[in-house]
Amino acid sequence: MSYSTKVLDHYENPRNVGTFSKDDEGVATGMVGAPACGDVMKLQIKVNKDGVIEDAKFKTYGCGSAIASSSLVTEWVKGKTLDEALTIKNTQIAEELALPPVKIHCSVLAEDAIKAAVADYKAKHGEMVETAACKG
Amino acid sequence: MIKQPIYLDYSATTPVDPRVADKMIPYLTEKFGNPASRSHEFGWDAERAVEEAREQVAKLVNADPKEIIWTSGATESNNLAIKGAAHFYKGKGKHLVTVMTEHKAVIDTMRHLESEGYEVTYLMPETNGLVDMAKFTAALRPDTILASVMLVNNEIGVIQDVAGLGEVCRAKGVLFHVDAAQATGKVTIDLAKLKVDLMSFSAHKTYGPKGIGALYVQRKPRIRLEAQMHGGGHERGLRSGTLATHQIVGMGEAFRIAREEMASENERIRYLRDRLYKGLSQIEEAHVNGDMEQRVPHNLNISFNFVEGESLIMAIRELAVSSGSACTSASLEPSYVLRALGRSDELAHSSIRFTIGRFTTEEEIDFAIDLVKAKIGRLREMSPLWDMFKEGIDLSTVQWAAH
Repeated sequence: MSYSTKVLDHYENPRNVGTFSKDDEGVATGMVGAPACGDVMKLQIKVNKDGVIEDAKFKTYGCGSAIASSSLVTEWVKGKTLDEALTIKNTQIAEELALPPVKIHCSVLAEDAIKAAVADYKAKHGEMVETAACKG
Repeated sequence: MIKQPIYLDYSATTPVDPRVADKMIPYLTEKFGNPASRSHEFGWDAERAVEEAREQVAKLVNADPKEIIWTSGATESNNLAIKGAAHFYKGKGKHLVTVMTEHKAVIDTMRHLESEGYEVTYLMPETNGLVDMAKFTAALRPDTILASVMLVNNEIGVIQDVAGLGEVCRAKGVLFHVDAAQATGKVTIDLAKLKVDLMSFSAHKTYGPKGIGALYVQRKPRIRLEAQMHGGGHERGLRSGTLATHQIVGMGEAFRIAREEMASENERIRYLRDRLYKGLSQIEEAHVNGDMEQRVPHNLNISFNFVEGESLIMAIRELAVSSGSACTSASLEPSYVLRALGRSDELAHSSIRFTIGRFTTEEEIDFAIDLVKAKIGRLREMSPLWDMFKEGIDLSTVQWAAH
């Protein structure tokens, strides 16, 4: 299958690959997907005292579109508050990367990764929230 | 500078050998007659060419030319053999036996027969991809019409013991069909000795053109089939339709070259495959799929753990290879062949099939090794599963959120 230029760009030059130290202040992790489905995304956010995501990192096992989707969301969540980050929708990711229908689940997974990371942060800081269900 | 992309997908298809193409062309332009035309020289020329080609195909597998029926390819041959025998011999019973790692052309034909009321046993192979003789024997019943087992597997290249399986079938009075699409020119086939009743062939896996194949139908004892294509009664009524002379000439020439050159060619290809294997096995967590001994020399199917197959294929775009992961489909299912070997989902998703052929060079193999090594390293740096593995976490104990 052929990939869009944007998918290729993120795949060739992924943004923010890496891992924060687990002990870092304000770091939360969302891990979604399953090896059985062929993709696992780990998204980490670093939240400052004002509740703003100041940095993000990812690691992804999956196809090119999955890698591109996670790379893209690390860029998008930076500078957003947790609630703002939660407004990022899979349709926006799919549209930005021009994902074909068979790859829509990659964008769904990326949205789920944001939800999971935010939920992890809130859980660590005493806020109870519903955890994102994996679907797609 | 090596020409890119490098073709390492010879099990998908092969280029037509230039010698084959040269032989085909006159039958498109000057010698265009219909081999069924009995009243003039155009027809006679074409018929002569068809019969010479039939002889070449028969020679490669040590059969009588009268036992070779032209078809459009191995898919049609499999359909004709399995449906044709099942329909003709339904008075005996309605049971068939095959293996879960067969090509879809066999599996789906069997599934179709199930919808017609036949019963099919799909045997699970051993973890090395080979069929266990005792399990196979136990699957044959008094009402079993036919068993179908491929000679060489298209994904993992393992060679089944069709000589032994054939003996079992013959002793139990069960017809034995063998899909040999991936085997011609790679393993010696002697149908005078093998207890095989029906065998499917394809031209384009052996440097011939696409769109032409053949079915071996044994004469002694005579195997009967119900035709699947009706019309002018060509090919002894088994397969109607005007013969594609140029394609047939191409298949004949391709099989002649295979017979004459396979010994030296396989030696050269084995050297290249072993070189590739040696290079790639230096990568940590690389697992070969399928038996390494009972295997054709040109196949290497290997899983790189913790790297997803499609992203790897994307990373090594300079190589034309296949992934066992059918990730481009909406189902996201890994290869059913690798799953049948009991491979974990991660390994099944991470497999790459390298198939080497007549025009592969040592430089290309060395280039492929270096490229794969570099890209695996890069993708693992990006893989959360690789991190977990390095931390000593057993991935099978992790509770994944399936999606």
